[in-house]
This record gives sequence, C-alpha cells and structure tokens, in this order.
Amino acid sequence: MKLAYWMYAGPAHIGTLRIASSFKNVHAIMHAPLGDDYFNVMRSMLERERNYTPVTASVVDRNVLARGSQEKVVDNIVRKDREEHPDLIVLTPTCTSSILQEDLKNFCDRAQIDSKGDVMLADVNHYRYNELQAADRSLHQIVQFYLEKARKKGELPEGKTEKPSVNIIGMTTLGFHNNHDCTELKRLMADLGIEVNTVIPEDASVNDLKLMPRAWFNLVPYREIGVMTADYLEREFAMPCVDITPMGIVDTARCIRKIQAVINAQGATVDYEPFIDEQTRFVSQAAWFSRSIDCQNLTGKKAVVFGDNTHAAALTKILSREMGIHVLLAGTYCKYDAEWFTNEVSDYCDRVLISEDNAEIADAIAQLEPAAIFGTQMERHIGKRLNIPCGVIAAPIHIQNFPLGYKPFMGYEGSNQLVDLIYNSFTLGMEDHLLEIFGGHDTKEGITKTMSAESNLGWSRDGLAELNKIPGFVRGKVKRNTEKFARDRNIAEITAEVLYAAKEAVGV
Amino acid sequence: MTLADTQPSALNFECETGNYHTFCPISCVAWLYQKIEDSFFLVIGTKTCGYFLQNAMGVMIFAEPRYAMAELEEGDISAQLNDYGELKRLCEQIKRDRNPSVIVWIGTCTTEIIKMDLEGLAPNLEAELGIPIVVARANGLDYAFTQGEDTVLAAMAQRCPTKTPVAEAEKEERNSISKLLNFGRKKEDVLAEQSEYKDHPPLVLFGSLPDPVVTQLTLELKKLGIKVSGWLPSKRYTELPVIEEGYYVSGMNPFLSRTATTLMRRRKTKLIGAPFPIGPDGTRAWLEKICSVFNIEPTGVAEREAKIWESLEDYLQIIRGKSVFFMGDNLLEISLARFLIRCGMTCPEIGIPYMDKRYQGAELAFLEKTCEEMGVPLPTIVEKPDNYNQLQRIHEIKPDLVITGMAHANPLEARGITTKWSVEFTFAQMHGFGNARDILELVTRPLRRNDALKGLGWEKLVREEANH
Repeated sequence: MKLAYWMYAGPAHIGTLRIASSFKNVHAIMHAPLGDDYFNVMRSMLERERNYTPVTASVVDRNVLARGSQEKVVDNIVRKDREEHPDLIVLTPTCTSSILQEDLKNFCDRAQIDSKGDVMLADVNHYRYNELQAADRSLHQIVQFYLEKARKKGELPEGKTEKPSVNIIGMTTLGFHNNHDCTELKRLMADLGIEVNTVIPEDASVNDLKLMPRAWFNLVPYREIGVMTADYLEREFAMPCVDITPMGIVDTARCIRKIQAVINAQGATVDYEPFIDEQTRFVSQAAWFSRSIDCQNLTGKKAVVFGDNTHAAALTKILSREMGIHVLLAGTYCKYDAEWFTNEVSDYCDRVLISEDNAEIADAIAQLEPAAIFGTQMERHIGKRLNIPCGVIAAPIHIQNFPLGYKPFMGYEGSNQLVDLIYNSFTLGMEDHLLEIFGGHDTKEGITKTMSAESNLGWSRDGLAELNKIPGFVRGKVKRNTEKFARDRNIAEITAEVLYAAKEAVGV
Repeated sequence: MTLADTQPSALNFECETGNYHTFCPISCVAWLYQKIEDSFFLVIGTKTCGYFLQNAMGVMIFAEPRYAMAELEEGDISAQLNDYGELKRLCEQIKRDRNPSVIVWIGTCTTEIIKMDLEGLAPNLEAELGIPIVVARANGLDYAFTQGEDTVLAAMAQRCPTKTPVAEAEKEERNSISKLLNFGRKKEDVLAEQSEYKDHPPLVLFGSLPDPVVTQLTLELKKLGIKVSGWLPSKRYTELPVIEEGYYVSGMNPFLSRTATTLMRRRKTKLIGAPFPIGPDGTRAWLEKICSVFNIEPTGVAEREAKIWESLEDYLQIIRGKSVFFMGDNLLEISLARFLIRCGMTCPEIGIPYMDKRYQGAELAFLEKTCEEMGVPLPTIVEKPDNYNQLQRIHEIKPDLVITGMAHANPLEARGITTKWSVEFTFAQMHGFGNARDILELVTRPLRRNDALKGLGWEKLVREEANH
C-alpha cells in the first residue's frame, strides 16, 4: 500500500479510453462499477466536447460479483453495436475487472458473432501499466488488428504514395495541446512538400488504418504515445520512424533533417537546409529572441522543469541551450521510461529527478528556490504557495490548458508560443520583485513562504521588521540562512543585529 | 430498509437498466472532511479511485486536504502483503503528520472484491493506535454518489455517545451549535432562555450541511420552541451528539436511508418521517411535521412561507410553465422536482439512482399532493435509469431544462437543449426558507443565460446528427 495524495499519470483504462475516443466511430465499453465513467466528464468538460463521449459502462454490481457477468457484457456490446453502429467496440478492463478475472476475451468473441462492427478486448493490466503506457499499447493493438485483418483479406495496398508522405502517430484526445500541435505539424509537412497520409488516432477512421503502409515514414512527435505502433510498422513494413520531438528551434531543425535523410534514402532529393535557415532566422521569432536584450536578462536565471518525458525534456533543452537559463533540476514522472529521459537531459541540467511523488518535487523546489518553474498543474500550485511563477508545460492539466486560441508547442509557431510562456513567467517574477523593492503592496506581517524552512526559532520584532524589508523572492533563503546561523551559535532570539551578522558571515 | 410500498400511490415507478452516469460514492470525502474538522479520510482503493477524486475535486486537492488514498498495489491484491501491517504503517504516518481525532476508512470496490475485512481490522488497530477508526463501505458496486455520505453517517451513528457525562452539564457547553446560538452570553441568560423552549423529547438532526445552514435551520426550529440537541455529523468528531433510546431524529437529506435505519434499529430512536426542508414548501412541511409529533402549534410558519414565495416572484416568472427533466444522479431529485412543480414547472420524468419509498414516503406523498394542487400530471419516477434511453426521450419531448451530470451537459447544450449541472445542487446551500432563492438561482441560470444569447441563431451547434 502506498499513501498517495496526488498522481501524475492516471490509471490504465484512461489511456485506452483516450485512444478509443480519439478515433471516429469507435465505442468503448468499460467493464467497471458505477461511477468509473468519470472519463466522460473529463472529456466533456476539459475539451468542451460537443458530442456524446462514445464510452459506456457495463456496470459491475453485486449481482456480477455473485454470479459473474454472464450475458451482461455480451448484451451490452451487441446493444451498442445496434444503437450506434460503431466500426469497432473496445471492451476496456478496469482495476475491478483485473481482479475479477472474468474471461473478457471470451465475451468479445461471443459478442462478435452478433455484432456488425469489430469487437476487441484492450490488452492492458491495471496493475502493470499507467495511462500513458496503456494508451501506447492500445493504439498499437488497434493498428495491428486492422493491418492484419486487411492482410488476411488481401486488402493491403501495394507500394508507397507517389510523393513523399507521412503518418503522424500519437495525436489523442485529452492530450496536452495535441490538436494545436497536430495543425502545426500538418502545416510543417505541407511546407516541406510532404503529404500527410494518415493522422492517428485523433479523428481517424479505423477503416483507413490499412492505408498506413503507403506512407514513406512515420512521425512520432510524443515520446509517450505512438512508439510501440511505429516499432511495429518498422518491423512489419520496414517503415522508418522519425521520433525527434520538433519542439524548440534546435530540435525542430533536427527533426526536419532526420526527415530529409529518411526520404532521401527512399529516392527523394530534397534539401531542407534553406527552409530551416529561413524559418529559424526570419520567420520564427525564437532565434531572434534569444539574441535580444530581453533574453540577455534571463541569462543564468534559475529554473526547475518537471513533467512528462516529451515536454520536460524539450523544455529543459530549450531553456538551457536556446536561452541560457540555468536549469537546476529537470524531472519526469515517467518512471518506466527514466533512462530515455536521463539521456536526453543530463547535459542540460544540474540534477535529474525521476519521481511520481509530488511531495518530493515540492521539497526540491522549496529548497532550490528557482526564479521560475515549468511543470504541471501540481507544480503551478506549489509555485503559488512559494510565490514562484510557473508555466504549465505538461499534463495533468486543467480546463485552462485547453485554450480555444491557437497555441501549439511544436514547430516554428510552437517556438514562438514557448518564448512567450517562458518570458512571461520570468518577467512576472521580476515585476513582483521590483514592486517589493520599491515598497510595493506587501505590508503583511506574515513572512514565511517556504515549505522546507523550520521555524522553531524566535524572531524579535525588529528582526522580523528587517526580514520584511528583504525582497520576497529571496526572503525565504535569507530567513533560512539566518536561522541556521543562529542555531549554529546557539542564539535563541533573532534580532536585526543577528540578521545582519548572519548576512556578513554567510554572505546572503 | 425494505422497498415495501407502505401506501398506495398513483405515482408511476419504473426501473431501467442502471446504465447511468453518476459520481462514485467515495466523493463524499470531499465535503465530509471539510465538515468534520478533526477527521482524516483514508480511501483504500486503486489509482482509479484516486484519479476520480483528484479530478472531481479540482482545486481542493491542492489545499492540503485531510484525505488520502491508501493505494493498493499488486502485492496487496494477491495477499503477498499483510493488510493489517500495511494499514498500520499508513495510519501511523497519518497520526504522526496530522494527528486527527478520527480516521475514516472508506472501503471501495477493490476492498469488497478481495474481501478485505476492514470492519474486523479497525477495532484492533484502533486499540493499538489510540485513534478511533470508522469504517464506511462507500463503493460503486452498491451505491451512487451522495449515498457515500449515508454509509459514513450510518457508521458514525454507532459512535455517538449514549449518555451525557454527569459533569458535562456543569462544564462549558459541549455542543458547538448551542455555543454558537448562545453567542457567549452569561450563563443565567442562557438558562433563562432554555425555558423559552417548549417541553419536548430530545431531537437530533442528521445530514451533513454547511455550518451557516445548520445555524439557520436550528434557529428556525428555535422560533417554534423546539430545541436541537445535536447534529450528526457535528463540526468535530469529538462533538458527536449524545443519542439515547427514545430520542427523536429527523433527516435533512433524501439520501440518508441507511443512517435513518441505523438510528432507528441500533440506537432505538424514533424517526420523524417528513418532507425534506428543501424549498419554502418543503421547509414548512418539515417544520409542521416535527411540530405535530411534539404537539406544538407551528405558529407563523405559513406566513413565513408565503413571504418567501413573494420574494421569489422574479425567478418564478422565468420558470413558470416550463418543463424540467431529471436524468438522476444524486437522490435529491424527488425533493427538487416537488419544489419546482410548486414553482409552476411541469416534470415529465424524475430519474433517480435509488428510491427508498419508506424513508422518502412523506416526500413522495407531498410530491403527489403538490402535483394535484398545481394541476399538473404526475411525473414518472425512473429508478436506476438508462442514460441512453433517457437521451432518446429527451430528444423526443424536448424539455425546457434538463438537470443532468457533466457527461451529458455539453453535448445536450450543443443540440439546443438547456441543461443545469446536477452536482451543483449537492454543493449549494439550499435547505431552509432562506436558501430557496439559491436553488432558483441555479435552476434559472441556464435559462437566463440562454435568454441573454437569444436571437443570435446559435442554438444548435452540431452538424446534422449522425447518432442521437
């Protein structure tokens, strides 16, 4: 058992549902107790979805516990097949069905007999995989199912498209800015003269999956979802995969160069260097920004990054490599894929933190006292309590992270968006700091703003008054150093004199 | 409590497939940990439960809540780990970090299926730790949404002290409500005031309500000379009310049937079966029923109700003659429908997760009477509804307002059907005379909003319908 207040990645079935509900005309039936269909609320609220989320539950209740599901699951599948005529029904196990160990595969087989659409059991174990791993697996499972089906029927298309083309793999519902990234990547492909063969799973039809092998290569922009599918396509159809996330100016260029190599190897003769140069120097603003005076002021500023693999790694590299910001700590909650993350970022930060425990991250941030945090909604709240600005760069996210306006994180426009996000986080910090220096609005007595500082030492009135004059963003540090100084010398009460003595001794 | 229909009723009851959307009953920790200030709620379940709580409670999660998950891992499921040892370790940590007066264990679907004997483990661990451990099985196999509170309060009802300690009366007022009502006045004044109460057997009210509502309802009864001896739950676990045999009890909410049963059967109290004090009509009926049991004249109650109705006229004009459809997910549906019908609305269907015809008997009778008096057809009450079928019916009859969960609200709005999110009623203050306006504020809000956007021609925002 684990005492947990918060989790970064959701349970496995959420991953499967994200994949199933991304496809067009695919319905998911959860084998779950009443109340487990909370996914529908999230989709309807966060994405402000206009359509009914194609997810229903085959409810596990006392009767099911006593006698097994019997006909219930089969009936529910067949009923949904009649009501909605989906191309595919994905029976989705949950934590509950994982322990009941009913033969769900058998239910699928039986339901298939009476269903017009296809019926499939999502092969995910609640206790082994999290949301992201399950999404990766489910996408792979569906793609493999339809390609094998097409092969059996002899419906696999022969050969490649005439012009270079790509499958973009891993765009899902409830993904962080996925829809904007998708638009941006399509634009980028158009600029590069590459046809988009398919985009999966978002808005794709399972009937089009058989067309996937016609593409010249696969692009997997997110580390978490799509890699298994791309590996499968590489094994079965010798399709090369580009898995460099085009986030930030440098990595976007790397990604484009890899695409160039991949398609030239198949007989194209493209040279994208002039395009990269034009975009980098004149179209995108990010490269120019990093030369501008504004960015000069960010040099050496301290930041902490935390999130999923894709976004935390990309942000770390952008901050360090493209802006000269000092990344004290880069972390991920994708423990299962920690090696990849460590390899990506270790050259660009002081310390790597792999953890799913939000308290550990909060403590690290409190101790490091960065000028800005880039993290999830959890880190945003940690930042609020510590008075440190935070830019949200990864899920878990709130409704405000599903903006209506166009805000990609990828490609050249994504670089612009990222510059705004990063710059605004830091300037807000500066503004706050200046307000306090010039006696701004902080006249409160309360001064302890850190979570890590122990406050068992007495502060005298004048000591507190002096401490209050210290700007907020370093106040916690000064307080801690002074208290350490006092403890070391057995000083019981901290007066203004002690504070300044500590300052001289420690140099805070 | 059995489903025995105690009185012949013209209301039409149906039961569908139970394929409906609602919150998991573990959500009750969200409001109960705030209500019971010295408690800690430990939900013993899986990532699925944790994910639900984390998302459903939104911002609250960041405010160092006094609840946590005991997240079961594969070793717990296959019994490689010892339940007692694991729970002991976590509860010791909670005791060290938070030092609560009570730890409430919330049993979930998983603990049911693997048959973890929480009720058996709790007394031993309680003795070892020195902190009371209350066990409530609020799981999705058996219950819906607000019924979670019912399971917790039923468990707490067994923990209420049986006798007022002798010294207690001498000491400071034990009960926070009476303290609140005495406003720190001198003891003589308080004693003098005691005599303002009529002579009646002790009355304990049950149901978790926000503190301001507790005060309002307590004062409402005080006006009639009725003294509230205590509330289940109280602000602190250490202040749970004394319940002795022969006490009278009254429920504040329609989903508390297990608590009512426990109070009657285990604590030998007498249940006052009344409509619930939701809406001015409900509040008046509730007060009158209590008065009638205690042989007290309910003076001024009718005038008070009339005055409230007068003050609601602006809102009533908006909803009069309009129809409302309850999809059903929180068990407040019967009372709300009854109030809205009195407001002049019609109601073709009341969906409800679970219908206890005995506990809600007075409310059902009141609903019937209200329909007769307002001259509107009786609604069909659909227990364990099927959301898919309901959507077909909604698209067919096109009600003016659908009260529904968030899963269906946006899709219905996009199809030109006005909705109100049902969960808001659970968190709103809506009991008593003073809060009737708040209910109507919620009910009319979508109608007022859509009225403000009228004439823009954007009612339907989906293309020609493929499905639905």
